[in-house]
Amino acid sequence: MLEHDVLVIGAGLAGMRAAIAAKAGGANTAIISKVHPVRSHSNAAQGGINAALTDRGDNWEDHAYDTVKGSDFLGDQDAIEVMCRQAGRSLIDMEHMGVTFNRDDEGHLGTRAFGGQRRARTFFVGDFTGQALLHVMFEQLIKSGVRRYEEWFVTSLIQEQGRVCGVVALEIRTGQLQAIRAKTLIFCTGGLGRVFEPSTNALIVTGDGMALAYNAGARLMDMEMVQYHPTTLAGSGVLISEAARGEGAHLLDKNGERFMKKYAPNMMELASRDVVSRAEQTEINAGNGINGCVLLDCRHLGEKLIKEKLSQIREIGIDLAGADMIREPIPIRPGMHYIMGGIKTDVDGLTNLPGVYAAGECACVSVHGGNRLGANSLLDTIVFGERSGNHAAAVSKQMEFIEFDGDAAVKREEQRIQGILNRPQNGDRVAKVRLAMGQSMNRNLAVFRKQEGIEETIQELQELKTRYAQAPVDDKGRVFNTDLVFALELGFMLDCAETIAVSALERKDSRGAQFRTDYPKRDDENWLKHISVRKGEVGPEVSYMPVTFTKWKPEERKY
Amino acid sequence: MELTLRIKRFNPGAERPQAYWKDYPVSIEDNATVLDTLIYIRESLDGSLTLRCSCRSAICGSCAMRINGHAGLACKTKASEAKDKDGVIRVEPAGNMPAVKDLAVNLDLFWRKIEQVEPYLKPQGPVPEAEYVVSNESMLHLSGVTACIMCGACVSDCTVLEVDPNFLGPAALAKAYRFTADPRDGDAKGVSRDRLRTLSEYGGMWDCTRCYECVQACPKGVAPMDRIMALRDQAIKAGFGNNNGARHTEAFTESVGHSGMLDELQLPIKTVGVTNLPALLGFAPVGFRALTHGKLPPLVHKNIENVENVRKLYQKLDASESEK
Repeated sequence: MLEHDVLVIGAGLAGMRAAIAAKAGGANTAIISKVHPVRSHSNAAQGGINAALTDRGDNWEDHAYDTVKGSDFLGDQDAIEVMCRQAGRSLIDMEHMGVTFNRDDEGHLGTRAFGGQRRARTFFVGDFTGQALLHVMFEQLIKSGVRRYEEWFVTSLIQEQGRVCGVVALEIRTGQLQAIRAKTLIFCTGGLGRVFEPSTNALIVTGDGMALAYNAGARLMDMEMVQYHPTTLAGSGVLISEAARGEGAHLLDKNGERFMKKYAPNMMELASRDVVSRAEQTEINAGNGINGCVLLDCRHLGEKLIKEKLSQIREIGIDLAGADMIREPIPIRPGMHYIMGGIKTDVDGLTNLPGVYAAGECACVSVHGGNRLGANSLLDTIVFGERSGNHAAAVSKQMEFIEFDGDAAVKREEQRIQGILNRPQNGDRVAKVRLAMGQSMNRNLAVFRKQEGIEETIQELQELKTRYAQAPVDDKGRVFNTDLVFALELGFMLDCAETIAVSALERKDSRGAQFRTDYPKRDDENWLKHISVRKGEVGPEVSYMPVTFTKWKPEERKY
Repeated sequence: MELTLRIKRFNPGAERPQAYWKDYPVSIEDNATVLDTLIYIRESLDGSLTLRCSCRSAICGSCAMRINGHAGLACKTKASEAKDKDGVIRVEPAGNMPAVKDLAVNLDLFWRKIEQVEPYLKPQGPVPEAEYVVSNESMLHLSGVTACIMCGACVSDCTVLEVDPNFLGPAALAKAYRFTADPRDGDAKGVSRDRLRTLSEYGGMWDCTRCYECVQACPKGVAPMDRIMALRDQAIKAGFGNNNGARHTEAFTESVGHSGMLDELQLPIKTVGVTNLPALLGFAPVGFRALTHGKLPPLVHKNIENVENVRKLYQKLDASESEK
């Protein structure tokens, strides 16, 4: 049987960083991913990566405070301290690996301003920072010699003696199932954007790792905290980077007014994302938008700056909205973008399951709390990817493999998959069920939420689960059967959707990304705590976890 | 908008696996991309259609395929612009790579070639405590190359790879250039000598025939062929001129610079080297056939009229080169 000390699931930035660290730590390491590593969704991060570099007068405590405030004081401050302290080192490491960061006139790393921060500390490569980092990390992965299982899809975890001790995975190209034994697992499977429709997220972002871990008994935390990005393109819903506003773009209503002055008179367009998205939605709902959108105006930035620093989003605007931002404003609206919540971990990535780690968007340390600052997600992936890889490598040296019957595990999974392939046609489709789920989530768990709506979605999710259990697939073959993969992914997404809705219903205050129109105030007395869910007999079981405070006391949040 | 997507399907699991064209008439929004159309077919008409796709915004590189015979990203191609007068768009898997199923191809060879160029920064000397101090221009220049998303469109349409699978190909060579042009890679002066030496070998930078297909196919403006030409320039400057490709270039340049036109008789001789008897003898049959067909270039090579104008152009080029 294939076996590894450390098996990393997911090969985006966090996963590759974790694998490289684990290999360097002397562990027999492998990385498994349902897509080739450079196809991962870390690509989509456009604007940059935050770090406070002391040699230019910044300090990590300022970065940490901005992050704490951005989180609406729900972030765990010990974890935020760890991230912000390590940021500078991690950033410089990436530069040494070969990232082509933009420079200032002296040849040092250049910065741009980003939302919710009092100074410019976002380092960038044009407006494709994520892609630049991802490809360099892949270069380092090649160099490291880590074993790669590319286009392998983990369908289930194997548990023995109360421990997760391996996975069953589908080699997509052949359709064969294989068991892989592992002492430790690191989930780096990213977010769950496809649970919502529309979303800025890629089609592969389906919450696989969160659902696998949840079903194995892991704790998910802050799942109600779903970030709606202020600038997603009308129609396709594709992301337009915060870098546009970082470089000075304005948000305008239908009369050409910069409406942010009503909501964030100091930071204006660069208030934190939850604040800007809420402002936009308020204006749109009040009839001050145009066709359900407001306008992002870059014209005054000039052709040179746009071409040098915002070329990719200009291209997206031209390709997908037929609008060239050099000459005209582009229509944008808030769109589902990121989940702050995820698999609860400590600062070394360890979950409540022994030997199981998580890092990146699928994890919740919690450094983002109620709202993530732009450009903190890339940072999160490399800091906690590295830490979890280090820790898992060290721990796996003290551990033995747990014996299990791999053939039996594969056979069980084979039967389940054959069951899906054998479902008779009934007029329903996996894609239809997913769409219904996504639309329900976007209707009731978006920028504004209330009890009746959330309950409606919880009810609908139950019905969709019933439909899902019968939904047939067209492709009955085994070779590169994406139809089957989508069916398996939908199972994961429905589990994730339920944990989001249940957590949102539980939280009866408005904080960070969650705004409850029936509880419109932040209520620190009762709700300054994390909501955590674990899988119970009939669904998610809710409990609470305390927020960790170190230096910063909760205060009213103004931008 | 009404259109027909004509898709080349292939199912290796079928009883008699054979590629075939299948038409899918659809009604779709006017601003839909080819990818939107494919996803619509997959989600609403036929779930067995296989293709790779993910980001829908030309950054993940998954959906490269041939659209109307030329490689491109389905997510970056508007259906309204791709359809012909009969409303048909032809979609087939990327070229130069075997199809696994439908539009999904086997990229193993593509990735092996990328790995072959040792695609990671190899700086020499001590690593600085803080970042490397380098010019913004040099980083912007590199970013034009690192904008490559490894989609394989250039490799799909490369006319050399079609006949010589040993060729590294446009994507791997552009990737190599991303390091040879990086001031942080190589020796203290930023010269990546080892890379340039290896890349000058058979299958490397000199095997490109400059057909421009990769430049046209690239959806990200990387212009792989231009990077290959830049590699050649770097290699000659670094002293790796002792190969057919470099000699060919120099003989070409010298001949035109001297007489204003190409001395076709001298070119092959100078390319392989005057003392390279076996190679020269190898030309004999070609020479003989040319002779018997009246295609032999004139034995005495003459200057063109006004050759001094050509020489002036050369002088100008040399001057601007030394300014750099």
